[in-house]
Amino acid sequence: MARKTVTCTINGAEREYSVDVRSSLSDMLRGQGGLDSIKHGCDVGECGACTVLIDGQPFNSCIYLAIWAEGKTILTLEGLSDKKGAISDIQQAFIDEGAVQCGFCTPGFIMASVPIIMSEEPASRDEIRKQVAGNLCRCTGYDKIINAIEKTQHKRLEEKKTK
Amino acid sequence: MYDIKHLYEPKTVEEALLLRKEHPEALVLAGGSDILIQIREGKLAGCELISIFALDELRGICIEEDGSLLIRPLSSFTDVVMHPLIKKHMPVLGEAVEQIGGPQIRNIGTIGGNICNGVTSADSAGTLKAYDAILEIASLEGTRTLPYADFNFKPGKVDLRPGEILTGIRIPKASYERTYAHFIKYAMRRAMDIATLSCSVNVRLTDDKKKVERLRIAFGVAAPIPIRAFTAEKNANGHLLNEALISKVAEGALADVMPRTSWRASKEFRLHLVEELARRATITSIEKAGGKING
Repeated sequence: MARKTVTCTINGAEREYSVDVRSSLSDMLRGQGGLDSIKHGCDVGECGACTVLIDGQPFNSCIYLAIWAEGKTILTLEGLSDKKGAISDIQQAFIDEGAVQCGFCTPGFIMASVPIIMSEEPASRDEIRKQVAGNLCRCTGYDKIINAIEKTQHKRLEEKKTK
Repeated sequence: MYDIKHLYEPKTVEEALLLRKEHPEALVLAGGSDILIQIREGKLAGCELISIFALDELRGICIEEDGSLLIRPLSSFTDVVMHPLIKKHMPVLGEAVEQIGGPQIRNIGTIGGNICNGVTSADSAGTLKAYDAILEIASLEGTRTLPYADFNFKPGKVDLRPGEILTGIRIPKASYERTYAHFIKYAMRRAMDIATLSCSVNVRLTDDKKKVERLRIAFGVAAPIPIRAFTAEKNANGHLLNEALISKVAEGALADVMPRTSWRASKEFRLHLVEELARRATITSIEKAGGKING
């Protein structure tokens, strides 16, 4: 089967991969890029465990062809850490709030929540629920996940105010 | 890895049309949120695909010179929800497609894909039918226009011929101006679910807001394809805004639908939903238009 070179920016660095044109973006990022935060959960766009940001918006990388990533800017959970490898505030909040149990869904939830915590507009708990409605968690019952996102959002908005 | 026999990647619409002509058996891949999943499930395994995802000329929403609202088919559901022209002229379409899947699906799913799949549960279909959408369909021979009303033949089968691609969805000005609408999707969950039944109503009231000038109503999952309920519309047009109007719309809707029993719901429950959603969507549309029932 035909192969194609895909050039895109992944977590701030320009990358080039030679992919089979039948590959999904999750195949490319996890299989070739070694980005293990991307989980192959359902592989049909139901569970959100493979969520990445493409040009700032959440997508299921399992139902996105790798070739479509040409020229795009992609952010995965690995890209949230700082240069020294320290985890970000949203990841810490998931730990502090007990929003992680088995952890399989966690990277997807965190990536789906990034647009919320980056936004200048505070989101209500209902709006947060809507923004993570494409992610499934079978352990936590969701409340603790919403708590972690809400807490990080408040903290970031407060920090912006004091600056 | 997807089980795809061959993937064609046209760089322009013209190339895509040529590929459609040369490979009539190949499916058009827009956002892939139906086709890629059906490949995984095995239903479409081994298919040939023409990916039009990269054709940015098929994205965007604008107002044409004649005032009609033009939605390019690769516009994602999120594009439709967020677009200021949709919010201004046809907010009900944004409200409808905002109920599809979750954020990730709304970012990848396209409005053109939604209607070309030809399924009765397509959340954009009822509203587009109820607004008398006109489709622009291109081939190498030129572009033809077709009322969306005539597009669906049977489940999964639409009037797209070999060599053709949907290039535009047009809402005439006369269809959206002074028109107020409401959409209701009934499903078991508020996200990531397929409609058990859906109803889209829009009304234009007379200047004194005493009577219905024009009411249009369409349903999803009330028949094998998305349908308009013309008996309900005939019953409503020119009618005073009162309880009798609401009952006549519901009665007319029941006369026009033919739902079936599926694992999601029984025919009887769907008929109950037809009546109830018709009532509720009509009342809310009239209220949005500034009318008052029994006012």
